[in-house]
Amino acid sequence: MELTDSVAVAQARAGDSGAFRVLVERHSRNLFRLAYRMTGHQEDAEDVVQETFLRAYRQLSKFDERASFGTWLYRIAANCSLDLIRVRKRRGEHQEAAPEEGAPDPIQSLPDGAPTPDRLAMSGEVERKVADVLDGLSAMERTAFVLRHYEGMCIEDIGRTLGVQPNAAKHSIFRAVQKLRRALEPLVTAS
Amino acid sequence: MNHLTEEQLVLYYYGEGDGSPSVREHLDGCEQCRAEYANLQRVLNVVDSLPVPERDATYGAQVWRRLQPDLRHKPARLFLWPARHWAAAAVAASLLVAAFLAGRYYPKAQPQQTANAGQVRERILLVAVGDHLERSQMVLVELVNARPGQPLDFASERERAGDLVAENRLYRQTALRTGDSRVASVLDELEPVLLDIAHSPGRLSPEQVEELRQRIEGDGILFKVRVLGSTVRHREEKTAPAAGQKTL
Repeated sequence: MELTDSVAVAQARAGDSGAFRVLVERHSRNLFRLAYRMTGHQEDAEDVVQETFLRAYRQLSKFDERASFGTWLYRIAANCSLDLIRVRKRRGEHQEAAPEEGAPDPIQSLPDGAPTPDRLAMSGEVERKVADVLDGLSAMERTAFVLRHYEGMCIEDIGRTLGVQPNAAKHSIFRAVQKLRRALEPLVTAS
Repeated sequence: MNHLTEEQLVLYYYGEGDGSPSVREHLDGCEQCRAEYANLQRVLNVVDSLPVPERDATYGAQVWRRLQPDLRHKPARLFLWPARHWAAAAVAASLLVAAFLAGRYYPKAQPQQTANAGQVRERILLVAVGDHLERSQMVLVELVNARPGQPLDFASERERAGDLVAENRLYRQTALRTGDSRVASVLDELEPVLLDIAHSPGRLSPEQVEELRQRIEGDGILFKVRVLGSTVRHREEKTAPAAGQKTL
């Protein structure tokens, strides 16, 4: 029978590394998805996943068993990503975001129209633009936006996760949306 | 007629409004705001479909394999170290660095022996630096994960930070001498943070915890220490003697 998260956490706390392994194997892919959206780079996302589990392992005794383990991991991962983005920005790394290969095309998923050459050319441009704008956001803007937009976390929870007031989280999201609109609206309308 | 603000539209899009029907009603009756909202939807729909590389079903197992060596160093055990063990670690660090430098700067052996001795010295130093980074990380993590809004009893971590400062200085100087600029650079950034912690009061107020936490997060030092720790451990594994190879 499959271990539930709460049973696995209890066993891991008691020193059962096999139980922690179950948690790692169960949550890694979702964490990678979140970390990739936060950082925009595969290697960074891998580092974040690793760091998240390490922090979680070390803080297992502080985990409140009434809470969801997955949500707790997400919070740790969000903060790890925030740390990493800040480091990258300070060093001026990853300024030119390259689009990742082998993934669905954002423009093609827009309603109406078969892919014409113009649309295909435009889709690559939009994809690059989205990645550029996300890379250009401040660490807080990007993290708050990803948590709201992709993860569906409410603003109050985002504030709690990132250790800021809900208003600050809300304004970070607004600023992110404004920057995205300024950059993308002409392209999206043209497509 | 007052039109809807961008803020209202964004909140509405995310279902974060105050629950009143006014935004919906306004959109029903106002073509301009409806067009504005449609533009917002189009932009966010494009962002929504930004590709994410997939990881296959074996990814969790891969993460576990990479994670395992780090889990062997249990933090709880480190935190339960009595103060005298931490002091002993600092003394051991001094001896180790002195031995490393003595071996490096007074080569008298044959070339083959020198190469082997050099590898052994490098490995010893990597193990020591890796351990130092691990213990530094523990102190930083304790602060970063402190419960917000509550005071923190920090006397033992403060004492450890004091020991770590001395070790850090030794390792940084050694890294500089051996030309390991990456290690030297991170240790250089770590030192003032450890100093701040070592000079903090034994019981921190919520404001002091927050100040230190922001300092650590603002500098990204925890992440750098973590990444360097992994790199050092990886280098350490690469310099480890192969099975059956003669060691000291």
